[in-house]
Amino acid sequence: MSIFLDQNSRIIVQGMTGAEGMKHTRRMLAGGSNIVGGVNPRKAGETVDVDGTQLPVFGTVAEAMAATGANVSVIFVPPAFAKAAIIEAIDAEIPLAVAITEGIPVHDSAEAWAYNVAKGEKTRLIGPNCPGIISPGKSNAGITPWDIAGAGPIGLVSKSGTLTYQMMFELREIGISTAIGIGGDPIIGTTHIDALAAFQADPETKAIVLIGEIGGDSEEKAAAYIQAHVTKPVVAYVAGFTAPEGKTMGHAGAIVSGSAGTAQAKKEAFEAAGVKVGKTPSETAALMREVYASLA
Amino acid sequence: MDLFEYQARDLFEAYGVPVLQGLIADTPDEAAAAAAKIGGTVVVKAQVQVGGRGKAGGVKVVHSVDEAREAASKILGLDIKGHVVKRVMIAEGAAIDKEFYFSILLDRSNRTFLSLCSVEGGMEIEQLAVERPEALAKVPVDAMIGIDLDKALEIAKAGGFDDAMAAKVAPVFVKLWNVFKNEDTTLVEVNPLVLSKDGQILALDGKVSLDENADFRHSEREVVNIAKVDPLEEKAKALGLNYVKLDGEVGVIGNGAGLVMSTLDVVAYAGEKHGGVKPANFLDIGGGASAEVMANGLDVILNDPQVRSVFVNVFGGITACDAVANGIVGALNTLGSAASKPLVVRLDGNNVIEGRRILAEYAHPLVTVVETMDEAADKAAELANK
Repeated sequence: MSIFLDQNSRIIVQGMTGAEGMKHTRRMLAGGSNIVGGVNPRKAGETVDVDGTQLPVFGTVAEAMAATGANVSVIFVPPAFAKAAIIEAIDAEIPLAVAITEGIPVHDSAEAWAYNVAKGEKTRLIGPNCPGIISPGKSNAGITPWDIAGAGPIGLVSKSGTLTYQMMFELREIGISTAIGIGGDPIIGTTHIDALAAFQADPETKAIVLIGEIGGDSEEKAAAYIQAHVTKPVVAYVAGFTAPEGKTMGHAGAIVSGSAGTAQAKKEAFEAAGVKVGKTPSETAALMREVYASLA
Repeated sequence: MDLFEYQARDLFEAYGVPVLQGLIADTPDEAAAAAAKIGGTVVVKAQVQVGGRGKAGGVKVVHSVDEAREAASKILGLDIKGHVVKRVMIAEGAAIDKEFYFSILLDRSNRTFLSLCSVEGGMEIEQLAVERPEALAKVPVDAMIGIDLDKALEIAKAGGFDDAMAAKVAPVFVKLWNVFKNEDTTLVEVNPLVLSKDGQILALDGKVSLDENADFRHSEREVVNIAKVDPLEEKAKALGLNYVKLDGEVGVIGNGAGLVMSTLDVVAYAGEKHGGVKPANFLDIGGGASAEVMANGLDVILNDPQVRSVFVNVFGGITACDAVANGIVGALNTLGSAASKPLVVRLDGNNVIEGRRILAEYAHPLVTVVETMDEAADKAAELANK
């Protein structure tokens, strides 16, 4: 098992024919993902050859789903058009939409999220501004390199792309059930808690690594959720202890506002919930190896 | 980015939010001219992006042109919590009857917008939230619907306004929503919103934060930033780099916001063992680490006189480590003798063996390749403390 994405995932790519979309479609295919088509209204009806795989291009997500049975969409369209692309995916009620795009205006993300809620949340949205989701050995929807780590019992949820890669690399000898990058924007579709709940329910996941960073209160809420609902061991890491107040640190959402959103507060929330917190990514991985060894 | 009060005032005016006359001045003479133009009692207000300017002597009510000149000469150049006043606003005086509070902001926690409203204004909102939380209404605002007149009345009544006053403030709330939405802001705050003695509703002071991700929708907008900008941050911005200047000795370059934030922390821990050296900056070179981007990054960091060593920390995900290594080689070749500080490089991930081989072969005397992030941070801190 794994969460949200598995060997039965049939993936379409919104924005497949663009430079980023094509580059990553190629990489996802190389990693074994089942890509079944793309969406671009201006190129509907065409077929694109991607390293020998013939991929049909559809005018809309709904048409692509009807023709291919797709149940996942990965969105690579530029920021100005991302809201429309996400809303199109929600309208088509695709079960999973993964928005990779960085730099979407927060009003657009807020409207897309409000739209999804109004429609009854039939679509699980991951991101935006994220690396996507990978269930090693089964499927990869996004830009995570597929060969960092193989399948295994560790579930990983992170706000950061490169820290996801770093942690998968550190834990490659144990292996990953699913690694999900939830994204660094102020408004995102899937939260730490959503991933924790799914990992708790996934029989293949035996332990969970949670990576957070400054800004917002997702980590504090996750800590409370773990205390109340998660029986599997969780190890956490938080980035941004040295970040100054009022400065955006790369991710739009990574900002300490006044005394809110500090790494210290997040670390303390985890520790109060009995979650071990590593000082560095390597120490966090070492803690997880210890925890995992004690499970055996 | 945050707007100054006078910029918020101008924006409010453009949306029909009732405001008083306000003119900017950068010298005492300009202040005197502005006061003469407005006439009567005026308020000289320091334009700084920090709270507590009134207590710091940054706001003065004056009754003549000469007094305005005098007040401006005292306020201009004033240091308010590290913010030096470069500009004042000369605002028309108001006879205030009552003060209120109103804001609209991004509510990250609930993934929506939130309006805060209170009939009890005139103090810092944090103070009101702590001392009289029941007096501060918090009303969620649906991002798709926004604040129409009905919603505005709901917010006003929740904030404690009686029916007659709610009817007076509600149309102003709708206009403030238009500012919030159409200008792609993450915060619109009016504190105080006032009822003047002649019965007018007026926005006397405003805070507005713009979402820079939406700049593409506002190409006509030229926001002048008179705040003190670090010259290295300015240079980095011009080069398209994601850079934040910090106070420390170890320059940091990495890929990905999370990894770079983490690198800063790891350097700070390592520094505890090496004379307390700290990270000098945040610099995320993103997915593609071309020789040019690496050279630009190194150029900015090596121009920071505080920097004594540089830590390049890359996990090759999409970026291949050989491209990063070639980037470092190209950068050092480009910079020549300008590259004068030791570089500690940690590469891992995609094509790491080739990346390390390229750097080993290049064998630059200033470059040390270290295998893990923690050890590399330790080495960089050690070199910065020499």
